[in-house]
Amino acid sequence: MDDQLKLDASFVDYALVAAYFAVVLLIGVAARRRVSDSLDFFLSGRSLPAWVTGLAFISANLGAVEIVGMSANGAQYGMATMHYFWIGAIPAMLFLGVVMMPFYYGSKVRSVPEFMRRRFGTGAHLVNALSFAVAQVLIAGINLYLLATIVNALLGWPLWVSLIVAAAVVLSYITLGGLSAAIYNEVLQFFVIVAALLPLTLIGLHRVGGVGGLVDKVTASGGEEQLSSWPATELSGFENPVWSAIGIVFGLGFVLSFGYWTTNFVEVQRAMATNSMSAARSTPIIGAFPKMFIPFIVVIPGLIATVLVPEVIEAKANADADFDYNNAILLLIRDVLPNGLLGVALAGLLAAFMAGMAANISSFNTVFSYDLWQQYVKKDRPDGYYLKVGRWATVGATVAAIGTALIAAGYSNLMDYLQTLFGFFNAPLFATFILGMFWKRMTPTAGWAGLVSGTAAAVTVFVLVETGVLDLPGQGGAFVAAGAAFVVDIVVSVVVSRVTAPKPVSELAGLVYSETPREVRTDPDAHRLPWYRSPVPLAGVALALVVVLNIIFR
Amino acid sequence: MSKGQKAGAFDVRNVIAELIGLYGVVLVVVGLLDDSAEVMEKTGGVNANLWAGIGMLVVAAAFALWSRLRPTVVQPPARDEEGTGRDG
Repeated sequence: MDDQLKLDASFVDYALVAAYFAVVLLIGVAARRRVSDSLDFFLSGRSLPAWVTGLAFISANLGAVEIVGMSANGAQYGMATMHYFWIGAIPAMLFLGVVMMPFYYGSKVRSVPEFMRRRFGTGAHLVNALSFAVAQVLIAGINLYLLATIVNALLGWPLWVSLIVAAAVVLSYITLGGLSAAIYNEVLQFFVIVAALLPLTLIGLHRVGGVGGLVDKVTASGGEEQLSSWPATELSGFENPVWSAIGIVFGLGFVLSFGYWTTNFVEVQRAMATNSMSAARSTPIIGAFPKMFIPFIVVIPGLIATVLVPEVIEAKANADADFDYNNAILLLIRDVLPNGLLGVALAGLLAAFMAGMAANISSFNTVFSYDLWQQYVKKDRPDGYYLKVGRWATVGATVAAIGTALIAAGYSNLMDYLQTLFGFFNAPLFATFILGMFWKRMTPTAGWAGLVSGTAAAVTVFVLVETGVLDLPGQGGAFVAAGAAFVVDIVVSVVVSRVTAPKPVSELAGLVYSETPREVRTDPDAHRLPWYRSPVPLAGVALALVVVLNIIFR
Repeated sequence: MSKGQKAGAFDVRNVIAELIGLYGVVLVVVGLLDDSAEVMEKTGGVNANLWAGIGMLVVAAAFALWSRLRPTVVQPPARDEEGTGRDG
């Protein structure tokens, strides 16, 4: 990282950052000691209101990758980045709430690997648990790298020192706070991030002369196509606008995002903490409303940076391929926010990155100790034994994340890297999941064979793109890899199912749609809720809003 | 239906109100004390700290008011009767 990024933080800024962490620590300590009955409110499993879990749902995802990565995309590709939210998140979140959540909440399956084990047996379970564990360590590395970038910018420490210190802080944060306070912290963090990014966007707009000024300046710098979100040829890397739109809708909108939002158990877990089936279904749907407006305070700052921050203007003008767009939002913060607001921004960013990494590490820890170690290495030990294994897994994962952080540091646009990962792991997972949920004939062998061949297809496409055999700049390679993974998984699963023996139907109750009794997947009290608290009408409103947003900002 | 205990200080709305309120107060003070040319150059002539601080104070007050008007009642564990889905 260059010296130019050094932010001039003052005493006030450090104090605001310290205040945030003090509050987080207090929540953690209070959660540990269970000092009063009221604490059971946030510890007891199914008692949280849907607006809290809904905010936690999007906040768990509003980490470093989203803020830094999406503003980087905003600087590089402009308004087309909106697709990551309006096409790449909202439909999948609504689908999760309307179609899949009854199934999760009703069948009490708590993790994706656990579902895989019950639906397909140990083959698919092992593949899924292993790939999930690897993905979590890789993504934790990205979060750690971005966290270290901030520490580096703030204190000027070399990157490797920042990496180690940041990793140590996250480790103690997990140990102290524990999982129980996570949802609380996420809701709090959401508000701090908005408190930081909203002023950043407004002041940035003011500096460039309002919305009109931004449009004029971007047009004047030759970036006219950055102002429209469709057909996003620059983002997808397809020259033909029709193929570009198809790539966005199918690759990003369908395979990547459905794979991510509907099978990611860090997210699904948030909805499981609610008090009723309707609240569980509403969780992702309520989350969809703030989610569709988040790009305005994440992507727009990236766009503002392209006409306000000298370094970004220069990189754009010279088409500098080496420029690190991940710095765009940090550079804008440096140029625009005065001391005071700077501290709020730093607190928000640090919180987001730590929470993101902590979520990755804790979910790795769960899968490693219960889905892998207990299932395949040492069975039938007392609970305390697995807790100890979990602790060592946390330490091991944190150390491994330092290694993956160094990989992440080598990529100029982090989203390229992440999209690739999603293609490898999530797309085939979604294919297997959806097929296994609705087609009772699908066999255990097809379960793991589909996952393996789908992932292999994604890797093959990735290698072809990397070696230049397929020429797809931008994010197109990731879209194609995800699409290939999805199609190959479905084809292989269907073919293998035809020649292998299915599970007896009696073992599929609660796991396959047609074999699940209606009362298990519906809420008996649903008809008593007003429309704004019942999931399906709410989802309809969200969908209509997102269509309107797409038309306004096309 | 048994009367539960109020969540009080542990209601997440109160935690939000306290932290955002604290940030608001600090920013208003910073905004009033420091309106130097250097700061104004960054923000394009707006006292950003002051206005952001006022905005945060309003948000904090709204959350405090909401939790005051609709307190969260913690249900005793091991029950599941109707009327749970209440906000807050």
